[in-house]
Formats: sequence, C-alpha cells, structure tokens
Amino acid sequence: MCLAIPSKITKIDNQMAVIDVDGVRREASLLLLEDARVGDYVIVHAGFAISKIDEASALETLALLKEAAALMDARIDREEEPDA
Amino acid sequence: MTIKHSEEYRDAELSRRLVEKIRQTSRRPIRLMEVCGTHTVSIFRSGIRSVLPQTIALLSGPGCPVCVTDQAEIDAFVALARQPGVTVATFGDLMRVPGSASSLQREKAEGRDVRIVYSTVDALAIAQKDPGRQVVFLGVGFETTAPTVAAAVAAAAGLKLANFSVISAHKLVPPALEALMAIEAVRVDGFILPGHVSVIIGLDAYRPFFERHRLPCVVAGFEPTDILQAVDMLVGQIEADRPALENAYPRAVSADGNAKARKVLAEVFEPADACWRGIGRIPASGLRIRAAYAAFDAERRFGLTLPEAKPPKGCACGEILTGKKTPPECALFRKVCTPLDPVGPCMVSSEGTCAAYYKYSDA
Ligand code: SF4
Repeated sequence: MCLAIPSKITKIDNQMAVIDVDGVRREASLLLLEDARVGDYVIVHAGFAISKIDEASALETLALLKEAAALMDARIDREEEPDA
Repeated sequence: MTIKHSEEYRDAELSRRLVEKIRQTSRRPIRLMEVCGTHTVSIFRSGIRSVLPQTIALLSGPGCPVCVTDQAEIDAFVALARQPGVTVATFGDLMRVPGSASSLQREKAEGRDVRIVYSTVDALAIAQKDPGRQVVFLGVGFETTAPTVAAAVAAAAGLKLANFSVISAHKLVPPALEALMAIEAVRVDGFILPGHVSVIIGLDAYRPFFERHRLPCVVAGFEPTDILQAVDMLVGQIEADRPALENAYPRAVSADGNAKARKVLAEVFEPADACWRGIGRIPASGLRIRAAYAAFDAERRFGLTLPEAKPPKGCACGEILTGKKTPPECALFRKVCTPLDPVGPCMVSSEGTCAAYYKYSDA
C-alpha cells in the first residue's frame, strides 16, 4: 500500500496534487500535509501525501553513508597492505 | 545537484561497502526483527538476507496489516458484504484472505457488491455517486493508513453523507512491540522500526517502549542502503552494549511526526483493545470511532458482532508473525499453501512473510 518511492508534486488544485512517480502521473490528496508546494517530493500512502522529504536531511544522510563507505575503503586498503 | 530520493539509496557500491562494514563489526549472533511488511519485501527483493554475515538473523514481525487482521474481523467483513444494499469498499489485499467460510473475493464472484479502491477518497466518491447504497470502507492498516480513513470520515461528516461508514480494524505498532516482548518464546535483540508508521507518529512515540526495555531500535527507510544503514546502526549499538533509539530515516521522519495527520486521527478515533492474529488481544492497540462520529461507525450502524473464529487449520501465521517460526517450518508451505491457493493471510498479502518467502527464496 505504501509507495516507497517519493513522488514529485507537479500541480496543486484545491487540496489535490498531481504527482509524478518515475514518469507516471497520479493524484494524491493533500488533506494530511501542511504547506505542500509544487516541486516538493512527498511520500504517498493510499492516495494521500503523508510526508515531505526534507532535502537537507537527505543530503546529510547520503554524506554520512558515503563517509562510512570511505572509512571502509581506508580500512580495506590497510588490510591489503603487504606485511613488511 | 538534483536528487530524486530513490536511486541514490540503491547504489550497489555503497551497499557493498555497508555490508563489508557490518561484516567487520558483527561478532555476536543476533536476531533483528523488522516490523513492517514493506521492509520484509524490500529485504527479500534486494537480497539483503543472503549478503549479511551468519551472525545476523532477520525476522519478520507483525508488520503486514492484512496478516494481523483477526479471523473474526475477516468474517465480519464477509457478513457485511452479504447485507442487502451494502457496497463494500476495500484495499485489494483483503480480497483473497480466507475467512472461516468465505472470502470477499468469493462473495464478489457470487454477486455481492465488493469494490477494490486505491484510497478512501475513491470510497467516498462511490458513496456520493450512489446515494441509494450504503458504502462501507474496511479500515485495515497501521498508523500510516488510519489517518487517511480518519480524513475520509471527517470529510463525510462535513458533507453530511448518510450512506458512508467505516469498520475500524486498525492496529497500532508501539503496543504490539510491547506485547511481543511479553511473549516468552520471542527472542529479539533489536528492532528495525517501520519508516512510514514513524512518519506519522514520530520517533518519540517509541520512547516509552525503548525506556522500558532498553532494546536497540532504529527507524529505517525502504531502499537497500536505508535498511543496511539501520542494520549497521543496530549492530553498532549491540556490539558496544549501548542500546539507543535512533533514526536512520531523518529525511522523512521527525521527532514528533506529522502533526496534521495525528490531529485528524485523534479527532475521529480513540484507542481501544484489539485482537491480533497470532498474538491475541492487546490493550489499547487498536482504534475505535469516537462517539461524536458514531454515525459513520459501520459496526454500530449494522449491529455487527464479532463471533469467535479460529484461524485456518494447520496455518502457522500466528507463529510466523511473532518470529517463532519461518514459513518453511509450516507444514503447508508450498505444498498446500501457495499464492494462487492461499490458506492463511501471510500468503495472500504481497507484504506477507509467506508470500515473500515463496517468491524470493528457494527454501
Ligand atoms: S504457509 Fe500458508 S498455511 Fe503456512 S503459515 Fe503461511 S499462510 Fe499459513
């Protein structure tokens, strides 16, 4: 029932939004969301937008993930160093 | 940089490194439970089970709304569909769940008016279009779905619709976690908490549960790296003996959730005891319609009573929902029970654990 993929709002008309999910157009009610705007990415569940995706947090999470991955690389490199 | 908030979290290279990190940190054998059907499906589809080290067992908990719906509730839905003049509107997942004697699908085949809707907005539209029929929406789902039902009831009240009502068979996640902990045979070392339930209720809603049990808890999103990140955080907490309530999905989940959704939820519903398949009655784990909206309560309108009902014979859904068994341990799995001819709800719902095992694993 949950669309795990966030959808982009392309139009808003009287508490109904037109959303774009990977190129497919659908409608979603905005009755459960405060101040949604065109261009926002939202999570849609059973025809209702239930959350906006917070861009700053998203970027932070991605940075954290990449940082963890980079640390990993450093560790792998170290392990692969031949014993002197 | 434009981000689409999906592909970025499916990066195979990133996943590989996260798995590597988990492999290096994980020492103790642990059992982690995901409490969301969408997580179950995502974990299977992405193959996460097979790449995690032997030390980590992933269990599926009571996170599929259709699967935890009590047999008596399914029977009540069927009874409702048989009432003259009634149109039943439901999400598709419920159609094939076998009740004691019939299913909604069978009732539809026999001529009863059962319609699959994508949203409560569609159910309202049916009621508006056909004032001669009583339209009843079957409210099944967790805190994510319940606000969409509450919004429909509030809208129906605003429109003074006399032919729309709702059965509230909703369930709440934190009381279920609490009930799980009370079951002796259930052994869980950490919870992967449901992302979209948390979108509504917020991270802080789990705080009382966490404080009581001091068990590692991480809210997760649904892409592969989201889930791996949550597993990594849980392993980190466990290895360091530092249990915490953490949020691996901050782009969608805040501390106090979606205030607007919570407001309409509280306006229309109040907590009530509920029966869960496999667990039984859990105090304050469901929602009933408040007296102010009694006119929209189908149970009152149609005088429905929920008779005792037994789950299908031989079906281990109850044990599966509490992590005591996996589907291959059910004698009927694959032999008698298949997605085409399901015995229990865990095989019917696309989010059910048995359906996920059937589709994605060879066991
Ligand atoms: S395999 Fe079928 S019968 Fe067995 S527990 Fe799952 S749904 Fe029930």
